[in-house]
Amino acid sequence: MSLLWLRFALACYFIGLVYAFVALTRTSDLFSRIALHAASLGMVFHFVSLVELFLSGQVVWASLHNGESLLAFFSMTFFMIIYAIYQTTSPGVVVFPIVFFLTFVAAIDQQPVLLTQYVSHKGWLVAHIILIFTGYAALLLSFGASLLYLLQEGRLKAKKSSSLTSFLPALEVIDQIGYRSLLLGFPFMTLGLLTGTILAASTYGRVDFLDPVFLLSLLMWAVYMLMVFTRWNSGWRGRRAAVLASFAFFAAIVAWAANYFSSIHRFAS
Amino acid sequence: MRFQLIGVNHKSAPLDVRERLAIPESRLPDTCRDLTAYPGIEEGMVISTCNRVEIVTHTTNGSADLRGFLHQHFHLTADELDAHLYEFREKDAVRHIFRVASSLDSMVVGEAQILGQVKEAYATARAVGAVRSQLDQLFTRAFAVAKRVRSETAVGSSSVSIASVAVELAKKIFGTLEGKTVFIVGAGKMSELAARHLIAHGCESIFVSNRTYERAVGLAHKFKGQAIRFDDLYEQCDRADIVITSTGSPQAIFRREHGEQFLSRRKNKPMFFIDIAVPRDVSADMAKLDGIFTYDIDDLQQAVSTHVADRRKEAELAEAIITIEVERFEAKLHTLDVVPTIVSLQDHLETIRQAEIDRVRGRLGHMTPEQETALEALTRGIINKVMHTPITTLKTAAKESEATTIVDVVRRLFNLHEKEKEAAPAPEKKNQVGTRQ
Repeated sequence: MSLLWLRFALACYFIGLVYAFVALTRTSDLFSRIALHAASLGMVFHFVSLVELFLSGQVVWASLHNGESLLAFFSMTFFMIIYAIYQTTSPGVVVFPIVFFLTFVAAIDQQPVLLTQYVSHKGWLVAHIILIFTGYAALLLSFGASLLYLLQEGRLKAKKSSSLTSFLPALEVIDQIGYRSLLLGFPFMTLGLLTGTILAASTYGRVDFLDPVFLLSLLMWAVYMLMVFTRWNSGWRGRRAAVLASFAFFAAIVAWAANYFSSIHRFAS
Repeated sequence: MRFQLIGVNHKSAPLDVRERLAIPESRLPDTCRDLTAYPGIEEGMVISTCNRVEIVTHTTNGSADLRGFLHQHFHLTADELDAHLYEFREKDAVRHIFRVASSLDSMVVGEAQILGQVKEAYATARAVGAVRSQLDQLFTRAFAVAKRVRSETAVGSSSVSIASVAVELAKKIFGTLEGKTVFIVGAGKMSELAARHLIAHGCESIFVSNRTYERAVGLAHKFKGQAIRFDDLYEQCDRADIVITSTGSPQAIFRREHGEQFLSRRKNKPMFFIDIAVPRDVSADMAKLDGIFTYDIDDLQQAVSTHVADRRKEAELAEAIITIEVERFEAKLHTLDVVPTIVSLQDHLETIRQAEIDRVRGRLGHMTPEQETALEALTRGIINKVMHTPITTLKTAAKESEATTIVDVVRRLFNLHEKEKEAAPAPEKKNQVGTRQ
């Protein structure tokens, strides 16, 4: 049943996906509103899907596909918070396609539950998942904002008065979205990694420092910290910030992909 | 009507060409003198703004070599310049001047600044004697037409000034202008206007720097801002989010190294430079720096072009007024053309009348004052009746294309050329005619 709700959500997110592509070529307030309402409705279906999953009695969130679904939901939540503060749907250009992709992967199939060994640490597991996915979602938004910043900066530098320029918010607003997402996501990411490490240590009695997930997560965290530091210290924006954000985001994707061949989340005994 | 005009504007020439032709205010009188000393030019005037440089003349034969003047004066070759030039003669020149004064040819259609600039150029040329009767009439009429266009159309009221475009661009960078700091470099009118707009949209702190410190103090006082000595410009400039620069410096005053310093001190917070100076104050390599956004006069034109469509309808109305006014002006000039002939004719017949009275006076013997008056009235009456039809015909013909032919016929019939030659000094007589009219 949870899968059905997720597929409804996917259909709604599809409208957002179309909006993301249309917005790159022309501005339409009407379409922007339609996409926003569709995304809101999608979030309702998505939430119902996640609640059903939670109520199913098993700790199934740590299934890879369910994790992707959860990440998509958190990303949408961040998007909506940004919309509430800045009244702009432009981050959707980046967020909608990624959310659609994550939801699509989660909605086509459901993996069997993998985390039976963690039942004894249910609280830690839930904390780890929520914290780490919140961090991921914030990083995604920050990455999206840095791309939009580059786009807007490029347009302003080129002095082109295109529809895209009017669609994008002011440069400083994009900058604030990126920076605030970054600041907000950092403690979540840090705590998420800490809880994950503690969870792994308590489960296996040791931490495998050479595990790809661990190494890549550490790399991602290091880049994340570097981004926060350079921004705080030197006010890095634009191209340099976008390069760092892209690198951190890439590291996050690789770390996520590493789940497919790492033993940490396989929980092999 | 032997008006001739040559020039470049924001549509015909890029900024770097206009920069080479720009004439500083201090050199305008000399340029006007040079112009009137050039062969074939009777009267001349120069309009030099950041968007246009135009030479307006009244010539002796309607075909003075104005291109030659430009090449000689600016030391430019035909290859460098001619492709960017436009040239208008007679009626087209009148139309162009009316359009310029009415702000229909402006970068921002309807902006009021151009009229003031044309008036200043006119006053400068007039002060050095380069503008006399013909250009005087043309520009006096042009100012009246501009006034009519502004009062009868909404082209001015809906104008988007460079200043308001600058505000719009600043908002694209900063979002809100609340609490932003503006630095005015070069205390010009345009900078002042832009600063007013920015303050009206929320900018709070204002700094002003000018080579003449007293002017900076004066302008800073107006905005309740702070004057900065020009020597401290680079030390203080990074405090501003928006810099409006319009100095008369021949070289860029903001270069890459300055931009790097500013950004470093500002922790890479973006800066917006509104460079309304010609030649430009911000170097091209500084404008390439991440975090530095520079808009020069041409860029602002690009930005305002989107607004042009909104004012097209009003501009069409204004163009219709211009067409009517050009016709009127032309007709008026033609009327002026026939006035010397009419005056010559009157003088000629008056001479005959006087000669005839003198001739018969001896035969009439002593006349009482009443008889003298009656004789005067009788002869004047005859002359006036004789002249009535030719004068009316001349005045009517003046409004039509056949005026020249009719004037010629009348002059031949009464042999006015010969009579004028006999009368001395002939040029003074011509001037007198002009004055009477």
